[in-house]
Amino acid sequence: MARLSLDHVTKSFANFDAVKDVSIDVADGEFLAVLGPSGCGKTTLLRLVAGFEKVSSGEIRIGSDVVSSSVGSVAPEKRRVGIVFQNYALWPHMTVAENIGYSLKVAKLDKAVARQKVQDALALVNLQGLGERRPANLSGGQRQRVALARCLVAAPSLVLFDEPLANLDVHLRASMEDEFAAFHKRTGTTIVYITHDQAEAMALADRIAVMDHGRLAQLATPRELYHEPANEMVASFISQGILLPADVLTGEDGGHCKVRVLGTELVVRCRPGERPRAGAKICCRSADLDVSPDGPGFDGFVKRLIYQGGGARIEFAPAAGPDLTLHFEQPDPVALGSGAQARLRIRSGWLIPAGPGS
Amino acid sequence: MPTRIGESRGQEMALTAAVAVVIVLLSLLPMLRLVREIVAPGGTLSTVAIAAGLRSPATWIATWHTLVVGIGGTLLAVLSGTMVAVLVSLTDIRGRGALVLCYVMPLMIAPQVTALAWLQLFGPASPFLKLFGAAPPLGTKNPLYSTSGIILLLGVQYGPLVFLLVRAGLRKLPRELVEAARAGGAEWFTVLVTIVLPLMTPSIMAAAALAFVSCVGNFGIPAFLGIPANYLVLPTLIYQKLTGGGPAVLGDTAFLSVLIGVIAMAGILAQEVMSRRRDYRISSTSLPAEPYELGRWRAIVQAGMWLLIMLVLFLPLFGLVLTSLVPGYGIALTAKTATLDNYRFVLFEHDAANRAFFNSFWLSIAAAFFAVVVAVPIGYLIAWGKQRWVRLLNLAVELPYALPGVVLAIASLLLFLRPIPLTGIQLYNTVWIILYAYLARFLVLALRPTISGYHQIDRALEEAAQVAGAGLFTRMRTIIFPLVAPAAIAGGLLIFMTALSELTVSALLWSSGSETIGVVMFSFEQGGDSNYAAAMSVITVAVTFVLMLVTNLLAPYLPSGVLPWRD
Repeated sequence: MARLSLDHVTKSFANFDAVKDVSIDVADGEFLAVLGPSGCGKTTLLRLVAGFEKVSSGEIRIGSDVVSSSVGSVAPEKRRVGIVFQNYALWPHMTVAENIGYSLKVAKLDKAVARQKVQDALALVNLQGLGERRPANLSGGQRQRVALARCLVAAPSLVLFDEPLANLDVHLRASMEDEFAAFHKRTGTTIVYITHDQAEAMALADRIAVMDHGRLAQLATPRELYHEPANEMVASFISQGILLPADVLTGEDGGHCKVRVLGTELVVRCRPGERPRAGAKICCRSADLDVSPDGPGFDGFVKRLIYQGGGARIEFAPAAGPDLTLHFEQPDPVALGSGAQARLRIRSGWLIPAGPGS
Repeated sequence: MPTRIGESRGQEMALTAAVAVVIVLLSLLPMLRLVREIVAPGGTLSTVAIAAGLRSPATWIATWHTLVVGIGGTLLAVLSGTMVAVLVSLTDIRGRGALVLCYVMPLMIAPQVTALAWLQLFGPASPFLKLFGAAPPLGTKNPLYSTSGIILLLGVQYGPLVFLLVRAGLRKLPRELVEAARAGGAEWFTVLVTIVLPLMTPSIMAAAALAFVSCVGNFGIPAFLGIPANYLVLPTLIYQKLTGGGPAVLGDTAFLSVLIGVIAMAGILAQEVMSRRRDYRISSTSLPAEPYELGRWRAIVQAGMWLLIMLVLFLPLFGLVLTSLVPGYGIALTAKTATLDNYRFVLFEHDAANRAFFNSFWLSIAAAFFAVVVAVPIGYLIAWGKQRWVRLLNLAVELPYALPGVVLAIASLLLFLRPIPLTGIQLYNTVWIILYAYLARFLVLALRPTISGYHQIDRALEEAAQVAGAGLFTRMRTIIFPLVAPAAIAGGLLIFMTALSELTVSALLWSSGSETIGVVMFSFEQGGDSNYAAAMSVITVAVTFVLMLVTNLLAPYLPSGVLPWRD
C-alpha cells in the first residue's frame, strides 16, 4: 500500500497535450475516481501512472519512490501496480489459475506457496473451484473477478482500474460495484479508478478527480463536486447542472451572498470571501427549481417536454434569456404542455468561483 | 530513487539490437554488396561493369524477352485472376471453398513443376495424349517451347496471386456503394464496370505489380520452356553464364541481376504512380454486397469455372502422374507398362536425388524454424514498436523477397565467394550458402502473417503481464509467443512448402553434394529423364498437399488471409 502523487504532470503527443499540468495526491488506502468525458486524458493519466507512457514533464511518485520524471521512467514491470483492464485482458492460452498465478510465477515464488495464494485469491472473489477453467468459458462478471484476483494476488502497492464496468451488462454493474467497494474495504489498497460514469464514481470513490481537455478540473469529494463545483465545466458535467448568468450583489456572509439572476434576486451559497462582481455564473440543480404560478420568480415558456415514465423532463426557456435552457422533472400528472407559459422560482444555487483568469 | 529511475530497458535494447543485426546480415549486406559490385568493381568506382553489360547484345535480347514474357504473363494473370475473383466474390456461384482451393493450388506448386507437368501433357511423348492416340509423332517440337508457352504458364502460375489480392479488395467493398448504384438504375454488369472495377483499381494495380515482379524473376518456367528453344530471359541468361563461366563471370551476372531488379522496381513504381493519380480510398466499412444471382447462367458459369480448374490444375497434374509411371521416354502407358521404378530410382538408387531430398528437407525445416523464431521479435517491433524507423525495418525484410530470387542468389555468391573475413569460414560451394539465401529470402513469408497476428491481439494482454512484473523476454516466452504462434507457425509452414521445391536460388548456388530437389529435377529434365523429374515432382506435390491439410488444422486460430488457399 502506498500513496501516489502526481506533481505537475504533463504528457504531450506530437501536437497536443493529452495531460496538462496535473497534480494529484492520493492518500494511502484512498479510493480515487478519475472522471471525465471521453478524450479528456483520463486513460493517458492511467497509462502514465502504470508506466506505459513516459511523462513529458513533471513527476510521479509511488510511495517515496519517483517512478516517472523527465529524467527517466521505471519500467511498468518494476512498479508493483495492479491493473484491472476494461476488457479484462485475461490470457486465453492459460487457465484461470495460471492467469492468477502468473505474477507469482514470474517472481519465482515457491510453487506450493503460489498455489495457496492462488486458492486464497480465488476464494476472495468467490470463484472457488473454477481454477482449471479457461477464461473463454466464463461469464463477463466471472472474468472481471478473475482479473480482480489476478491483480490482487501480487499484493500491489496500488491498483488501477481502467473503466472496468464499461463492458458489462447494466444488471451486472451494480453487483460488481458492490464487489469493488468490498474489495477496497477488505484490502485497504490505494485505488485509482478511471471511469466516465458519474454514478459509478460517486458510489465508489472517496474523492473524484474531474478531468477536462487534459487538465484537472476539480479534485474533491463526491458531495463537494455536486454542491460546490469549482468551475463551469464541472458544474454542467456533474448531474447536468444548470448554469445561469448572475451578478453578485453583496459580499459573502456566512457562506451565502445575494445575486441577481434573470431579473430576480436570490440568495445562493458561495465560497468565503466572495465580493460583488458582474458577469458571474451560478449553478443550480433541477431539484432547486419550483413552478410557482403566483409567487416570486421569472416567466418563460416550455420549449420541450419529454415523457420519461412516471413523469416528464421539461426544458424551459426564460423570457429574460430565451437562449438559456433550464430543465426539471415534473411527476405525473404533468400539468405543463409544450409551448405553455409558466413561472419558475430558483430556491437555491451555488455561485461558481471566479476562474483563475477573470 | 535515482538508481531505479535510471535503470535502462536493457532487454528492449538487446532485442532491438539483435533484430537489427539479423536485418543487416540478411537484407542490407547482400544488397549493398551487389550494388558495390556494379558501381565499384574491384573496389574502385567505375562504370566499366555497366558499360560492358550494356555493350553485350545478349543483354538486350534477354531484356527484351524478359519484358515480353513479363508483360504478357502479367496481362494474362490479371485478366484471369480478376475474372475469377469477381465471379467467386460477387456472384452466388456454388462450391466457393473448393473452387478457391483448386484455383489457388498452382501457387503452391513450384513453377518448374508446373512447367514439367504442362510439357508432359502436350509433348510428343505425352502419356496422356497417347491414351487416346492423339500424341504428335516423336520428334515434333513441343508447342510449349515458345514465347506464348512461357506467357501461358506464367499466367497460369500467377493468376492465383492476382486473384488473392483482388478478392481481398472485393471483400472490403461496402455494399452501400453497389446498392446505391443499383438503386440508381444500373444493371449488375454496369455496376461491375462503372463502380466495382474502378474501385478495385488499387487492388488490381498492386496485384499486377506483384505478378509482374514474379513473372520477370521467374526462373523455372523459362528454364524448362525457354532454354530448349534457346529463348533466354535475364534469369536464364544469368544461369547459363554462371554454369558456363563459373565465378569468373560473376561481375557480368551481377550487372544482369541488378538489371532484373531495376525492371522489377520499375513495375512497382509504375503501379505507385498509377494508383496515386486518383483517390480510390473507401471510407466506410460495412457488410459485403449481396451476391448477384446468376439465375440460369449459374450452371454454365460453374461448369466454366470447373473446366478452367480442370485445365490449369488437374490435367497437368494428371499428366505428371502418368509420366512418372511410364518406364521410359515415349513408351505408351498401359496396365502392363505402368511401373513404380521411377519412384524407387529417385528415392533409393540415385545418389544425387537422395541427397537432394535430404538437403531440401533440412534446408526447408531450418529456414522455416529460423523464420518463425525471428519473426516473433521482428513482428513485435514492427507491429507494436513506437520507433519511426520500423517502417524501414519492414521494407528491409521485404526487399530480398520482393526482388527476384536471382538477385539475392548473385548477391549471396558475391558475399561469400571468399571466406568470411576474420573467421576464414568458407560458405561458397557448400550447402550453407543456400541456407543463408533461404533465410534471407523467405523470412518475410513468416513475418507477414505474424504481423497480422499481432494486429489481432489486444495489447492489454501484454501490458497485464508487464504490470504483473514480467520482463520483456519473459513476456515474449509466456504471453506473446503463445498468442502469435499459430500465425507464425503457419508462416513457417508456407516457407517449408515454398523452399522444398525451390529452384531459382539453388540453381545458382548449388554445388556437388548440396543439390536440392529443384536442382536435381531440373538436371533430370535437361538430360531427357522426364520420368524421374516427374516422379520427384509428384512426391513434392504430394508432400505440399499433405502439409496444406495439416496447416488447415491451424486455421481456426489464424487471422483471415494467412492461408491463401482458404476461402
